Amino acid sequence: MTIKVYVPRDSSALSMGAEKVAVAIASEAKKRGLDIEIIRNGSRGLYWLETMVEVATDQGRVAYGPVKVKDVASLFDADFLQAKPHALSLGLTEEIDWLKKQQRLTFARVGITDPISLADYIAHDGYKGLKNALLLSGADIVKTVTDSGLRGRGGAAFPTGIKWKTVLGCEAEQKYIVCNADEGDSGTFSDRMIMENDPYVLIEGMTIAGIAVGATQGYIYLRSEYPHALVTLNAAITLANQAGYLGNNVLGSGKAFHLEVRRAAGAYVCGEETSLLESLEGKRGLVRFKPPLPAIEGLFGKPTVVNNVISLATVPIILDKGAQYYADYGMGRSRGTLPIQLAGNLKHGGLVELAFGITLRELLYDYGGGSASGKPIRAVQVGGPLGAFLPESQFDTPLDYEEFTKIWAVLGHGGIVAFDDTVDMAKMARYAFEFCAIESCGKCTPCRIGSTRGVEVIDKIIAGKDTVKNIKLVRDLSDTMLNGSLCALGGMTPYPVLSAMNHFPEDFAS
Amino acid sequence: MQALQTQIDALISQHQSMPGALLPLLHAIQDNVGYVPESSYNPIAKALSLSVAEVHGVVSFYHHFRTHKPGRHVLQICRAESCQSMGSEALEAQAKKCLNVDYHQTTTDEAITLEPVYCLGNCALSPAVMMDDEVYGRVSAAELEALIAEAKA
Repeated sequence: MTIKVYVPRDSSALSMGAEKVAVAIASEAKKRGLDIEIIRNGSRGLYWLETMVEVATDQGRVAYGPVKVKDVASLFDADFLQAKPHALSLGLTEEIDWLKKQQRLTFARVGITDPISLADYIAHDGYKGLKNALLLSGADIVKTVTDSGLRGRGGAAFPTGIKWKTVLGCEAEQKYIVCNADEGDSGTFSDRMIMENDPYVLIEGMTIAGIAVGATQGYIYLRSEYPHALVTLNAAITLANQAGYLGNNVLGSGKAFHLEVRRAAGAYVCGEETSLLESLEGKRGLVRFKPPLPAIEGLFGKPTVVNNVISLATVPIILDKGAQYYADYGMGRSRGTLPIQLAGNLKHGGLVELAFGITLRELLYDYGGGSASGKPIRAVQVGGPLGAFLPESQFDTPLDYEEFTKIWAVLGHGGIVAFDDTVDMAKMARYAFEFCAIESCGKCTPCRIGSTRGVEVIDKIIAGKDTVKNIKLVRDLSDTMLNGSLCALGGMTPYPVLSAMNHFPEDFAS
Repeated sequence: MQALQTQIDALISQHQSMPGALLPLLHAIQDNVGYVPESSYNPIAKALSLSVAEVHGVVSFYHHFRTHKPGRHVLQICRAESCQSMGSEALEAQAKKCLNVDYHQTTTDEAITLEPVYCLGNCALSPAVMMDDEVYGRVSAAELEALIAEAKA
């Protein structure tokens, strides 16, 4: 009987040699005359264990990792194909504590299925949400999304259903669904994981959005740094078109939805929705004034839903299981789950999807396993390069949009980057300004000029020149940027800068 | 030169009817030619009813597009926070020293162009670098040296 062996095709797994491991397993099996089928699944997101190889057994899949090419022969010697023990044995995958404790809703299939296989997607509850949606009116689909409490997972946390309702209410001959897949925040990779490891869930979510608001064209604006996601998405879109899940007549409903991937070109600011729309129109990614809202005058001047990958990829399970099912997870006004990305200096980095409410400390130590370097964790940055740095005294804050607002921090896209005690916070504050200067679109003065002046003043502080005066100057400058910038790039760069100064003043003393 | 122009003209005619055609067209040119030659601005502007200044403005706005021929390989080193927390500054210094170039420059043997990048989405396995289209995680000094040696060979 053919034995199924799973070797991930996710780009983080590939970055640890998964391709070579797959080749080595195939050639070793051939050499030994063993009948195996290698399936290139997605990654389960236990990245420190990549390359994680799994073998299908009657009891479920059994995992081994981290597997290097040099381990392959010994795995065969130990008879891993019969799930026998080996130094790299991890036991039944589903029983690995790190995975078992999670609440995977958006990521329900990630790592389990072959990302390209439409049959696999459907066999694992795929397209149930769309089928339900096709039985509902647009207004009822929008109501379901609103009732679920889903808020924009890109970072702004605006209620997704409200955005959709605005677009639904607009009269126009053409409307658009735009997926913001310009995941530029350092410490985040959940969008990439969805696109590489379960592309159909995003396609399904966008199709539901299109049917709900009456949009017939969708675009996925994908960052150019993700070449593997591009290949996977395009392959999945082709197959979905062939099978009638996309096109002029979605599942025989008489409704059309077309989908196309557009590549970004390395500008961080294009993750801001109006800058993204400019870019999609073929222009420089300059931020637009709001109003008009993109929901009313968006892409090519037409009503447009702009949602993050995770927001859209969460819609299918809401339409499948119902608004209440999703809303039953979470705390306060943060309903549902958040795919959290553990990154930076952590022993066990990866993807943890959990209901809102878990604390940073639990994430850093129970899941992250503490720092990778073995030194104390001194600071964490949550929410990307525009997120605040938090000291140890704030690690008991629960992950919840409002709780983070209370401590002048943001959850953003759910990325958590840990730093050990070797970090120099003055250098991190300088980098925040430097990054803003590199990525500023240049339209508004506080961001364009303020970021460059910020670098200069921090350099003076680092050099010990007029420290007291210059710290005051940085605070004044930050105030101007916070209140006077056109978008979040200039408007939130003060978060990392001021939080570093407030919580780690010793690093700014001369 | 003539061959280059013909190639670019063909790409223009393939893309010019798309809505928002400029970025897909610039990507196609860079994918095929390796960079966006300034000689292409005029025909692009004409085909898309833009001014040459607008084309130049778009090319220069986006970090991804380059206007000069790169080396045979492009090495990108992630400079973002997650990789900084795992020692990417040492990798940057090592690469610059070993290749004897700064960012946006190409080695004299035209083997490698060095570029900074701000996040490769491999943050659980920092520090990360990208050689052409392949990402490498938990990169050590020895691994970076081996990658560079392989690309130069």
